[in-house]
Amino acid sequence: MDAAQAYGYMLYLVSLITIGGIYALMCLGLNIQWGFTGLFNAGIAGFFAIGAYVSAILTTDGSPFHLGGFGLPVAFGLVGAMVVTAVVAWLVGLLCIRLRSDYLAIATIGIGEIFRLILKNEIWATNGARGIAKIPLPFETLAEPWNKIGFMLLVLAIVVAFYFLIERARLAPWGRLMTAIRENEHAARAAGKNVERFRVEAFICGSVLMGLAGGLTAHYIKFIGPGATEPLTTTFLVWVMLIVGGSGNNRGAILGAFMMWTIWSFSEVLTSRLPEELAIKAAYFRIFLIGLLLQVVLQRYAGGILPERRLVSVTNKK
Amino acid sequence: MLSVENLAKNFGGVAAVNQCSFNIEENSITGLIGPNGAGKTTTFNMIAGAMRPTSGRITFNGIDITGKPAHELFHLGIMRTFQIPQEFSAMSVLENLMTVPGSQPGENLLHALFSSQKVRLREQQIRQRALEVLEFLRLTDLADELAGNLSGGQKKLLELGRAMMAEPKIVLLDEPGAGVNPTLLGNLADMIERLNRERSYTFCIIEHNMDMIARLCEPVIVMAEGSVLTQGSMEAVRTDARVLDAYLGGDDTPEIN
Repeated sequence: MDAAQAYGYMLYLVSLITIGGIYALMCLGLNIQWGFTGLFNAGIAGFFAIGAYVSAILTTDGSPFHLGGFGLPVAFGLVGAMVVTAVVAWLVGLLCIRLRSDYLAIATIGIGEIFRLILKNEIWATNGARGIAKIPLPFETLAEPWNKIGFMLLVLAIVVAFYFLIERARLAPWGRLMTAIRENEHAARAAGKNVERFRVEAFICGSVLMGLAGGLTAHYIKFIGPGATEPLTTTFLVWVMLIVGGSGNNRGAILGAFMMWTIWSFSEVLTSRLPEELAIKAAYFRIFLIGLLLQVVLQRYAGGILPERRLVSVTNKK
Repeated sequence: MLSVENLAKNFGGVAAVNQCSFNIEENSITGLIGPNGAGKTTTFNMIAGAMRPTSGRITFNGIDITGKPAHELFHLGIMRTFQIPQEFSAMSVLENLMTVPGSQPGENLLHALFSSQKVRLREQQIRQRALEVLEFLRLTDLADELAGNLSGGQKKLLELGRAMMAEPKIVLLDEPGAGVNPTLLGNLADMIERLNRERSYTFCIIEHNMDMIARLCEPVIVMAEGSVLTQGSMEAVRTDARVLDAYLGGDDTPEIN
């Protein structure tokens, strides 16, 4: 292996960890919604897309093709992405948080797709199918590979920070209350808890992380278009990651994200080497592979690889 | 203390509760009996805020509480238990109890994240209280067991425990004795009596076990076909011909037991 090859592998590894980290954020978000509170959000792609476009519009220089010209620093873009997704999630929550699990799933699929279609068709703001280009990457002034490594470290730092915050919240009465709502909302209501309010709160918290992940992705690939917000690679893959890793367990969510992203990414390397007549089918083969893996994991580990653990209030702990 | 006036609830064309009026006196253990389908649980659901009445009025200590949601009634001191136990299955018994109390600063996300001292102090109080309740219920050994693993009778005790955690003024018990073995049933009745005497909880109990009703309740309200048929002491009610009719549908049927 010569130096150029090794350099290439290193860059691949950096990209693997960066995107894995972005998925880990989405998984943590979904874990708050589904793992803690039992909210079936099947519209992850929509919140991801909103975050991506908001951060892109806030940080790019002026362009005749899309809304923009604010040229704000990336940090503002990301915070903006989180604020806007929070507001949108709040409105969506007010509308449909009373729906029970599978009905909520149907409603959120619909809402997610509506957001994606709006973003695709409001060409004056988003440049439609051609997307928004020249989105700034943080650490852009550094030479390659340091800009990429810097961004990877930024993503990892964000993941670690949110892991600690969310884990702290989970172990606090806040997490206990969310679990109680997931387990039995009638009993939670009888115990004086305003179930709707807390469900909306969990929905917002989770969606904010999805919006942040969207923003980070836009900066990382420096371009955002409708193709980057496909439900297959956002909604579907994130769900598989959480279920495989362990729903309700924050470490499981992170593990599932890195593990499944590695497998998904490797499967592309593998299928790209298939003979030409099979290569067209490769995309379907990858989905089949993920589905198969999900089956195997669910058969062997019903609660995911790292199942939920709630021993918060053990009596011997002071 | 709690009064129900001309309460009615229709499900489509069916009048489950109709022109139902009664009072529950402070510090009493009031029994609510009647044949299946008399509208007892529906009445409970309306009092406890799980259902909105079609018409009528419910007042609690002079405040109109008609149609208020359950979580608001909780804060006024009204707590209910369920006919089929409703536990938080994947949580430990202790956590089931600790979830209940109101005004927990740790339920606010920002406090949970950033004001650990305040949250910890309240948690210690709540844990202490939960351990006392477990001792009262003789469930201390099961504190760390998942609630979903308890037996039917133990789940009934846990229902009562959750009610105790709320420090309520009135507790609405929906068939606390159903599916509970006779020994445990005796304990349960003792506990209800003690809570009534020592902590002056007011109880309203729906129950089909007439021995339990006879032992605990004064007065007893009999419901049939959605409204109050009669009320009074168990002795009076037991021999009332109309009550026997309602239960057994016959004329010369023997005394209910």
